[in-house]
Amino acid sequence: MMIWVNQIVQGILLGGYYAVIACGLSFMFSVMRMINLAHGSLAIVAAFALFVLADQYGLNPFTALILVLPAMAALGWVLQRTILERSQRGGLLVPILSTFGLSIVVDNLLFEQFGADTRSLAPFIDELSYDSWSITDDIYIGKLAALTFVTAIIILGGLQLFLTRTQLGRAIRATAEDPDTVGLIGINAKRVNAAAAAIALVTVGIAGAFLGMRATFDAYAGGPQLIFAFEAAVIGGAGSLWGTLIGGIVLGVAQSVGAQISPQGFLITGHAVFLAVLFGRLHLDTIGTTFRKTVRRSA
Amino acid sequence: MSQDPAIRVERWTPLSRISILGAAIVLAILATGPLFFDNNAIDKLTTLFIYVILAVTWNALAGYGGLVSVGQQAFFGLGAYAAVRLADAGVNVYASLILAAVIIAAVSLPISSFMLRLKGGEFAIGMWVVAELCHLLVNLDSLVQGETGTSLIALNAYEADTRHALNYWVALGSMTVILVILFVLLRSRIGSAIQAIRDNEEAAAALGVRVMGTKRIIFVFAAFGAALAGALWLATAITFQPKTYFGVQWTAYMIFMVLVGGLGTFEGAILGALIFFLIEAWFGASGVWYLVGLGATALIFSLFVPRGIWGWLERRYGLNLLPLGYRILGIRPAARTAIPNDGAAPSAGTS
Repeated sequence: MMIWVNQIVQGILLGGYYAVIACGLSFMFSVMRMINLAHGSLAIVAAFALFVLADQYGLNPFTALILVLPAMAALGWVLQRTILERSQRGGLLVPILSTFGLSIVVDNLLFEQFGADTRSLAPFIDELSYDSWSITDDIYIGKLAALTFVTAIIILGGLQLFLTRTQLGRAIRATAEDPDTVGLIGINAKRVNAAAAAIALVTVGIAGAFLGMRATFDAYAGGPQLIFAFEAAVIGGAGSLWGTLIGGIVLGVAQSVGAQISPQGFLITGHAVFLAVLFGRLHLDTIGTTFRKTVRRSA
Repeated sequence: MSQDPAIRVERWTPLSRISILGAAIVLAILATGPLFFDNNAIDKLTTLFIYVILAVTWNALAGYGGLVSVGQQAFFGLGAYAAVRLADAGVNVYASLILAAVIIAAVSLPISSFMLRLKGGEFAIGMWVVAELCHLLVNLDSLVQGETGTSLIALNAYEADTRHALNYWVALGSMTVILVILFVLLRSRIGSAIQAIRDNEEAAAALGVRVMGTKRIIFVFAAFGAALAGALWLATAITFQPKTYFGVQWTAYMIFMVLVGGLGTFEGAILGALIFFLIEAWFGASGVWYLVGLGATALIFSLFVPRGIWGWLERRYGLNLLPLGYRILGIRPAARTAIPNDGAAPSAGTS
């Protein structure tokens, strides 16, 4: 029995990581109405950057973030101004196609540079990678997992404060509502979107760091990370910030409980729960619409 | 349509009659291939036919239906898997290739009913999740033995030369059938309906187009094509390793072929498959850089040449090889020229 409780606790903590990687995807979706298919690959870029800094220059991954996060922000800005902005003008399909093309380029350049070896940042963070607090004999909380979870809450809270309390945050929300009209009130939608992309990529950088510390990664690890981020974002309700935390937790618990059932269960249960949530929501929508129609007819 | 006697609507043009005749002649010549070519050339051409199937059906989904899926490898892999299973159950190998595609098309029907509720990028990645799930579930089958995989042993019943020739004919026949089905679909009401949905779903629904049903037909057709391609690939490769068949690289290939050839043009997808086939033959050996090049080309085409090479040619030279659209012609004085698109009349291109 306690094994299952422990798996659920681990799943909730894992949900913290998914919230970190999903919030950038969700943020870009809510601001720019587009899904960046290179999202996962960019997290792997950050993880490799941290690995190189730690391995070659002996920089602790947390210290190295001081260099990597501004670089990710700059990358986000450049990405938006060069590729995403142009692709958005091309209609609905082009952003999907171009960011998928970008992910293939990024994955294979990483493979060209780093080969097929799997890497991890765990050796560079000493005991943080395995230390844990034990709650009971069967339940323990890893310090890294707890740190990830707390970071997720700080990022989500920070993003919310930023969007509601700052000038730029309000400009981003206004642009998300109507990118054409904001021009009339003196907001440069292009710069606002570039700033939003920069912010999204900072969260992607943090996600890459936690992925690297928590597990191993290789050049082609971006695809699965994109899928997890997408699942968490959709379960939580695409475009909702705190929803990504709930979505991440649902996904994490499903995977963690699935892993306890069978070795292949981790991924299968995760995907199955995602599809079930999707199906359930669409079904509820249909029921809701039918209900509203009935009410309207009888009114 | 207008009752004005001065205006005539034309589908077939002299050029399109010649193109269809030309296509029939090319197919007839190709059908005699195994009599002249060696096994190596036959295998290469079989691969090309499979690429054409992949490109044409992905183009039907994305280019005509506006549904970009990065998960068509789900059906590619399932098609191969179903063929393995059917052959294992004692069905004739070549019958099982076709039957597998039919079964997977039937399987895609329930999948379509909720995946099609998703829009844009959500549909794209949602399909990828479906592909991942199918991959994991197929791995559970004891016949497949996880990533170890299995092979289509039943093919051993055929002598090597016969096998190569049969693969070739089945692939050529499948490609022809796929092309004909799409041609007929696009010329029918469904063809106009699906393009109307792609361009504006709400407006199409307001005009009485059955949105869900039409999308579903295209989705199932695309799934059938991908499954057929997967089963045919299995016949040429013989081994079935789930990782190879369910890999997202298939989607990368499809996107490359269609984007370069011409998204939403019938001829473009075929051209794209041909270009991809040649590029693979020349650069395939350079491994990772080849894939970087594919990704970069897809990226550049999507941003700068969104209608691909054929779309560009079509616009530049007014080239319409196939009678898929309608041409509005003024037959009044001597000149039988197309009326320029003045807003009210549909343009001379695909409509």
